[in-house]
Amino acid sequence: MSELSKSGAAVGEPTGSASGSNAFLEVRDLKVHFPTDDGLVKSVDGLSFQLERGKTLGIVGESGSGKSVTSLGIMGLHTAGQYGRRKAQISGEIWLDGTELLSADADQVRKLRGRQMAMIFQDPLSALHPYYTIGQQIVEAYRIHHDVDKKTAKRRAVEMLDRVGIPQPDKRVDSYPHEFSGGMRQRAMIAMSLVNNPELLIADEPTTALDVTVQAQILDLIRDLQKEFGSAVIIITHDLGVVAELADDLLVMYGGRCVERGPAEKVFYEPRHPYTWGLLGSMPRLDRDQQERLTPVKGSPPSLINLPSGCAFNPRCPYADVPKDDVTRTVRPELTEIGSKHWAACHMSQEQRERIWTEEIAPKL
Amino acid sequence: MSDEAKDKTTGKTKGKAEDVASAIPAQSDGTQEKSGGTATLTKDAAAGETLLKVTGLQKHFPIKKGLLQRQVGAVRAVDGIDFEVRSGETLGVVGESGCGKSTMGRLITRLLEPTAGTVEFQGKDITHLGVGGMRPMRRDVQMIFQDPYSSLNPRHTIGTIVSAPFKLQGVEPEGGVKKEVQRLLSVVGLNPEHYNRYPHEFSGGQRQRIGIARALALSPKLVVADEPVSALDVSIQAQVVNLLDDLQQELGLTYVIIAHDLSVVRHVSDRIAVMYLGKIMELADRDLLYKSPMHPYTKALMSAVPIPDPARRGAKSERILLKGDVPSPIAPPSGCRFHTRCWKATQVCTTTEPPLKELRPGQQVACHHPENFEDQAPQDVVLLSAAKEAAELVSDDALAQSAATSAAVAAEVSETGSDGGESAAEGSEAEESRAEESRSEEK
Repeated sequence: MSELSKSGAAVGEPTGSASGSNAFLEVRDLKVHFPTDDGLVKSVDGLSFQLERGKTLGIVGESGSGKSVTSLGIMGLHTAGQYGRRKAQISGEIWLDGTELLSADADQVRKLRGRQMAMIFQDPLSALHPYYTIGQQIVEAYRIHHDVDKKTAKRRAVEMLDRVGIPQPDKRVDSYPHEFSGGMRQRAMIAMSLVNNPELLIADEPTTALDVTVQAQILDLIRDLQKEFGSAVIIITHDLGVVAELADDLLVMYGGRCVERGPAEKVFYEPRHPYTWGLLGSMPRLDRDQQERLTPVKGSPPSLINLPSGCAFNPRCPYADVPKDDVTRTVRPELTEIGSKHWAACHMSQEQRERIWTEEIAPKL
Repeated sequence: MSDEAKDKTTGKTKGKAEDVASAIPAQSDGTQEKSGGTATLTKDAAAGETLLKVTGLQKHFPIKKGLLQRQVGAVRAVDGIDFEVRSGETLGVVGESGCGKSTMGRLITRLLEPTAGTVEFQGKDITHLGVGGMRPMRRDVQMIFQDPYSSLNPRHTIGTIVSAPFKLQGVEPEGGVKKEVQRLLSVVGLNPEHYNRYPHEFSGGQRQRIGIARALALSPKLVVADEPVSALDVSIQAQVVNLLDDLQQELGLTYVIIAHDLSVVRHVSDRIAVMYLGKIMELADRDLLYKSPMHPYTKALMSAVPIPDPARRGAKSERILLKGDVPSPIAPPSGCRFHTRCWKATQVCTTTEPPLKELRPGQQVACHHPENFEDQAPQDVVLLSAAKEAAELVSDDALAQSAATSAAVAAEVSETGSDGGESAAEGSEAEESRAEESRSEEK
């Protein structure tokens, strides 16, 4: 895999405003807010990124950072669903291959969903229907978008199951989800999402519920299928190991916003946001000699109703006092370009961050 | 709780590390006097002594069917395991889901009744003690559970939850229950003023700290932690791992930590047991296990862990993919349980179960054809057809390398002749370091 040629996956700040987009997928200033009795939950608060065909974007962050809400937003699954009696409030723009999804009507989005964009969910047991066989569910997904008879669709289902590595696909196609093991269910889910050759595949924590050995199988499968179908993939996870395996670009989310994004190599080798440092320091690593002690991020993730003022990370940031005049607690840092296609939102100067990373953080990892 | 407060408390804990260390034994002495005859364990195991010894431990869950509920089979969750836990060490237990590691944890804490085998704690057989007989032992063996949401009663305040062990054991700590609970809360890095709050007011990481405070209440000797961090976010995981580390140093605890995350296990453990389908496949010192795993399963398991380094992406040459899923524990494969997925399996693997043998000091392995060591069944060279299929998933580099190391070790052994196991072990270590070097050169 040519992991070094990153040129295709632009992660730069989107340009232009009302015009269409040249990128295959472009998200501009996406906001997803949920009104609740306790206040407005700002799950995603101004997120922008681009993704090209054949490239993989990894979105990482802790629970509650807005990763999954973003993916459901792209799939258009928020407007349809209601939360209590109140709907999610979504603004911004999502351009998929020249179509703006948020302003498109529901029918139009429904035609795209499953066909042009598909999703792999975290928990295959709750995402598959227990009353229908695996085959029936894949056939349904196929026939919604293709005018074929059941027999042809079933052949297609068997073919897909075979492609994702399910043994004896012609027999297993008539099995129910409970007859499958966890890894096989996830394979069946992947078969279902790929049955229409989608150009955009969103995998939301696709391997979190699986064992490492099965996880390795599934990650390999996603990588091979992406090569074969040339899809654009968004992989959402909290595991930096998983994104390092797959992603060309990386987007780190914190409190509903992007704090750092750029090519995977940049974010892993020259991270320029204290939260990214914290994530890297929290992981025990098998590829390094035994660390004496982990360096976790102190405290816990913020409430999305009352985000800390200024930089949302400031209460947990060990360097919050480095910039002068208490600016971290009063002014929200903007995402600024600090290198080629590498963006970070931090008040510290580039030199300060570079020095802290090379002198204090990197040696401890 | 606010971060400043947490910092303060952890700072405080460190400051009074000595106090804590001295306070806790003092308290337990006092309680033993007060509670009179129930305290049966008086001698403390010195560091390095065997604290817990498990021999031939089995747990079969019966499967019943039909009107008469006749037993038609059994899930052999734990199927004959032997190990020891030494005082002051951390034993890590890893394996895939369904390998019996949690059942094992519940057996050694006697939350489950073993089908066969014995569990000895401080030299005393506790395998078949009743509820009453176990009660004094409960003080010395405590458990930390995986799910910080379901393991705390939502209707009880934190104070009630953490003080429950005192009530159950009839212990009156010095200075009163409330003061002791507040001290425990500050030891685990929580604000002692949150005594009256309910579990729902805390985050996942904080709840796990409450569970740890409860486990520490009676100053146990052995703490069994079943997936203590797997339900937590990465940054919180690291906090809890560090807390467990600190507590072990301050209180001299012995841990059995059960987890599926190999990187976490390596970080916390001194020795590690790798389980597969109810059996221990390999039991070794941490560094030996991670540097030169001998069991093919261990090797596959470790190679499957994704490494957070994009430069190693798609490094398929290092990864050993296992075919398919773990077989059912109702009818585990004959002979070596791993032979259905192993790329080195031969005829002998299907018929004879390899014993867990100490092949190198500090490394016990149950395998006929171990990696990084002399072949234990060299006469048997014909691969099974399943093994050939499995080998297709292993890169040629990895295969050639493993063959080279094994051959070199074998040669070394025949050279030294009857010199015995020790020189063989040295040889293999040297060989291993050579292999390491060549590997790094390749990179």
